[in-house]
Amino acid sequence: MPDDAVIDVRGVHYAVDGRPIFSGLDIAARRGLITAVMGPSGTGKTTLLRLITGQIYADRGVVSVFGRDVGTLGSRELYATRQRMGMLFQNGALLTDIDVFENVAFPVRQHTDLPEPLIRTLVLTKLEAVGLRGAAHLMPGELSGGMARRVALARAIVMDPEVLIYDEPFVGLDPISLGVILRLIKQMNDALKITSIVVSHDVHEIASIADYSYLLSEGRVVDSGTPAELARSDSPTVRQFMTGGAEGPVRFHYPAKDYAAELLESPR
Amino acid sequence: MSAASKTGVMEAVRKTGVTGLFFVRLLGACIPALARPKLIIAQIYNAGARSLIIIMLSGLFTGMVLGLQGYELLNRFGATEALGTAAALALLKELGPVLTSLLFAGRAGTALTSEIGLMRATDQLTAMEVMAVDPLRYVAAPRFLGGLIAMPLLTAIFNGIGLFGAQLVGVQMLGVDHGTFWSQTQSAVALKDVTEGIVKSVVFGAVVSLIAVNEGYHADPTAEGVGLATTRTVVASSVMTLLLDYVLTAAFM
Repeated sequence: MPDDAVIDVRGVHYAVDGRPIFSGLDIAARRGLITAVMGPSGTGKTTLLRLITGQIYADRGVVSVFGRDVGTLGSRELYATRQRMGMLFQNGALLTDIDVFENVAFPVRQHTDLPEPLIRTLVLTKLEAVGLRGAAHLMPGELSGGMARRVALARAIVMDPEVLIYDEPFVGLDPISLGVILRLIKQMNDALKITSIVVSHDVHEIASIADYSYLLSEGRVVDSGTPAELARSDSPTVRQFMTGGAEGPVRFHYPAKDYAAELLESPR
Repeated sequence: MSAASKTGVMEAVRKTGVTGLFFVRLLGACIPALARPKLIIAQIYNAGARSLIIIMLSGLFTGMVLGLQGYELLNRFGATEALGTAAALALLKELGPVLTSLLFAGRAGTALTSEIGLMRATDQLTAMEVMAVDPLRYVAAPRFLGGLIAMPLLTAIFNGIGLFGAQLVGVQMLGVDHGTFWSQTQSAVALKDVTEGIVKSVVFGAVVSLIAVNEGYHADPTAEGVGLATTRTVVASSVMTLLLDYVLTAAFM
């Protein structure tokens, strides 16, 4: 384990209904760096984030955040730990019954007794950072997908977290929104020295900003290194993932019986 | 006992246990939720004020039917002056709490379930948890308390308008004496009758709100899951209302 690891996942096993998701997973996110976790769909990337935020617990192994084992924290300590983290959800997960301003102000109102003018300044500063100060009065239903994600990002950083967790931040974005989100992640990291962990399968986008990457497949880390090191890797799984090939160690087809035999079978 | 029915029984026991535990956690979350009265008031508005029209209309027509049927029945015994008493007792003790509860389940209960279920499906509840905000405290408890407070108020309104409807038909249309109608009502209705109605409406409010919040909170995070949860809210609330009505009526005898 690196000395400056803020998030450290060691030998984690996790199964759902007897189906193993992780079998001996080791991942560390070091202070102030952007750590990318990549992998094909269904490799449990989102499950990893749920383990880190203490929504689920590992069957075996240790998930430690800020040096504390998440699995042993009581609910009060867990909530205190979560206050030091921000998370960007894939769909934004904005609260739909309050406007953009109130969404960003939500964590502040819940956790502090700051006076209204200060909350206003804080929220407008964060909205300005994501370029949506002018949208403060809009309801979440009136936002595009990219805008919703930027509002969610403003909400995730409003409490000045030490760790920011991004769940598939690039999915379904147009090129402009994608570029903006990429730059924002990088800027947050550079300016605020936030430790970032980005879960994504957009290889090229993530490679442009990540300091260190992990590639997951079938419940464990297949390879890890800087983006440049991964690009040079001769592991067949890494090569298949980087080049997007259907043939290789990662099966594209869900297990099925013989194609010709099934076509010739009489219908059920 | 067959394996399938054994599984069914186990599932029913498990579900009852889950609901019971949820209720205990919800009650625990209600105390800190009281510190934020704004959230509760908003939910009283959602569950209560927004159900007013349907409650008032239903109360009026229920009272008018009571007036007609009651007059028809009492006329056979030459006792039409007891119409006010009959309508008031029927409304206070039975029809008010029960019909309000059934209407409340259909109007406010379904809205609660689908709202919370959709919040679950769109990760809003998870987002709160990750922001270190307990969704039980912020989402579930204010809605439960809102329903609990709104139900007796709606029942009172239902009863008031129902009695007015009975009076409208009995006195204005069918010619029962105005003074007799009200004086008989006043002298025959005891505090115990009013208490019975209030107790019933509070119990129904708690049960319907609990079912609605619980179903929404545990709904499968899919379109189908939320739809099924909403249906279960109406079915379970209606059955529980009628079942508990019998139990409470027997207890007050």
